Amino acid sequence: MSKPRVAIFDFACCEGCQLQIVNMEEELLTLLEHIQPVEWREAMSEQSEEYDIAIIEGSICRESDAERLKTIRQQAKILIALGACATLGGVNKLVNTFDNLEEVKRCVYGDSARLPHLITHAVKAVGEVVPVDYAVHGCPINGAELAYIIRCLLQGTTPVIPNFPVCVECKMRENICRFEYNEVCLGPIVRAGCDAPCPSAGMWCFGCRGMVDEPNINGARDVMARYRKTVEDLQSRLVLFNSEQEQPHA
Amino acid sequence: MPKLVEINVHHITRVEGHGNIAIRATDGKIDKVEWQVPEAPRFFEAMVRGRRWEDIQTIVSRICGICSVAHSLAAIKAIEDAMDIVVSPQTEKLRMLTLYGEFIESHVLHIGYLVAPDLLGVQSVVPLVASHPDLVKLVVRLHRLGNTMMEVLGGRRTHPLTLCPGGFKRLPGQGELRALQEQLTAALPDLQVLADAVYSVKEKLPAFERDTEYVALVDRGTYTFYNGNIGSSDTTNTVAVQKFKQVANEYIVPQSTAKWAKWHRASYMVGALARFHLNAEHLYPTAAELARYFGVTRGCCNPYMNTVVQLVETVHSVEHSLELVASLLAEGITPETPRVTAKAGWGAGAVEAPRGILFHSYAFDDNGVCTGANLTIPTNQNHANMQKDLEALVPTIITRPEAEVRQLVEMLIRAYDPCISCSTHYLNIEFV
Repeated sequence: MSKPRVAIFDFACCEGCQLQIVNMEEELLTLLEHIQPVEWREAMSEQSEEYDIAIIEGSICRESDAERLKTIRQQAKILIALGACATLGGVNKLVNTFDNLEEVKRCVYGDSARLPHLITHAVKAVGEVVPVDYAVHGCPINGAELAYIIRCLLQGTTPVIPNFPVCVECKMRENICRFEYNEVCLGPIVRAGCDAPCPSAGMWCFGCRGMVDEPNINGARDVMARYRKTVEDLQSRLVLFNSEQEQPHA
Repeated sequence: MPKLVEINVHHITRVEGHGNIAIRATDGKIDKVEWQVPEAPRFFEAMVRGRRWEDIQTIVSRICGICSVAHSLAAIKAIEDAMDIVVSPQTEKLRMLTLYGEFIESHVLHIGYLVAPDLLGVQSVVPLVASHPDLVKLVVRLHRLGNTMMEVLGGRRTHPLTLCPGGFKRLPGQGELRALQEQLTAALPDLQVLADAVYSVKEKLPAFERDTEYVALVDRGTYTFYNGNIGSSDTTNTVAVQKFKQVANEYIVPQSTAKWAKWHRASYMVGALARFHLNAEHLYPTAAELARYFGVTRGCCNPYMNTVVQLVETVHSVEHSLELVASLLAEGITPETPRVTAKAGWGAGAVEAPRGILFHSYAFDDNGVCTGANLTIPTNQNHANMQKDLEALVPTIITRPEAEVRQLVEMLIRAYDPCISCSTHYLNIEFV
């Protein structure tokens, strides 16, 4: 069997998830024995329009970007959304919370806001523009999870992504609950699979993997009440990475 | 028939973000040379508005995956400036170490993965895995050192978790610092091997010079990345960080979603070469020796040498990190809990990011909710200088074969190690 041809494309984002691919280090060298990268602008000068797997990083915030993404979707047999900007819209979606985007742009660029290259529309996650086959969650993603998903693809099996909350993994790491520190943590409703790096580093979960499919809202309410926090406190964190974005299912 | 040369580099590769180069010439006469930035704008200054002070770092770290520590620290310093928070010497040392982790990671990535293919005549690092396996493994090892430092100190490799106003959310243990000490010590011989490899192909770096203004942080007696005032090669006066808007005078150009900047001249440069220009005499000994080995001296105005100076800075980062780790181990880590009392105010913070000086400023209301922000990004400050360099370079090479012209202009932009997706976030919104 010939190696699957893989192309990586980036839209509006910090490119930190691509960096996690580089950060796979020796594992990336091993992966390169099984896949053939044909386009990856940040790392390679080679370009190609023939690929089997397209990996998409970033959010879509311009019509031209949406068109480019649709073309990529037509070319690719499998499309993977890489990281929170692609899977949820991520921090980029904070822009959608403005009442008037045009007014913000005028504040930013003055009269130049009308220049064609500054025309943006409401920010979209990749799955809101084209069908997504697999989502690699996180901000940034975990390289090992991407490697696992690609390994499953190569072997023809379906990757199993956790559908339980971060609290489970946080407890396994024997962390003291962030609510005990009088903080608002999204762990009770956000999808695990990250191994709770944030609470393990003394930080609350800020929801970069999105919510679990059926979050235990009543349980979360109880937690908030027990620690004298409000639903508004929870909402003010959920909005940061747009954790409530509905997820497409492969 | 006039001979028409038209070169369009659409989305230059092996750089962070999206940039284009457009060149048109008739009979060797230049009609157009243009550095274009079509990156999608992301409006970070607006995103932070209405968010509480403790969520600012989480948001602005996402401006850039490769400079996430620098963005986090610039924001944290600005918040501390606004709320009159003073941190301990231990916190300052740990922050510098975290920042050095980012410098090592970012500089090695640029030299080893992005520039090396140009010097070795290939399109990417992928063929080098087969042709230069030992060198690639060495680059991977050095790159990992930077990552490990960020992991140990910042809580993970990208988008740090422990850095916060007032100090650290989690402190490293003695054992972790000792392990780091071993890896830092092992990195110096590896860096010498990398330096020899770059030296052996250094004639691939074009001998192009253009005098310009250099801007970087300056601080008494140190090659600073974290403290100090704003310095320039055009003046002996320094400017306080709070007055950074006097330095970065920004303007809009039609070919760019990022703003451009100027100070004393039509353009200025920030980054490794600028820092070297202003602070070279304060380099640590092995780093200074490496600069001499390459024949780079203060006053060098060849932008292609930025990559070599990054190598020098990587060695300096390792040397200074070793000193910081030794001092932290000798003194022992004191448990400290960051304490912040939110209050209204305005503050500014600056650090050197791998690509150059970075400014953040924020205003807060009584509840610590952000009411306005202003971020000035290194690559944003470099755009005008890249354009001026292209204007000076292209007429001298335009008669060469098209592929060579294309290669040389791409290498010029790449030498700046631009972080283009960062640079489109400077949006000068001031909500009061």
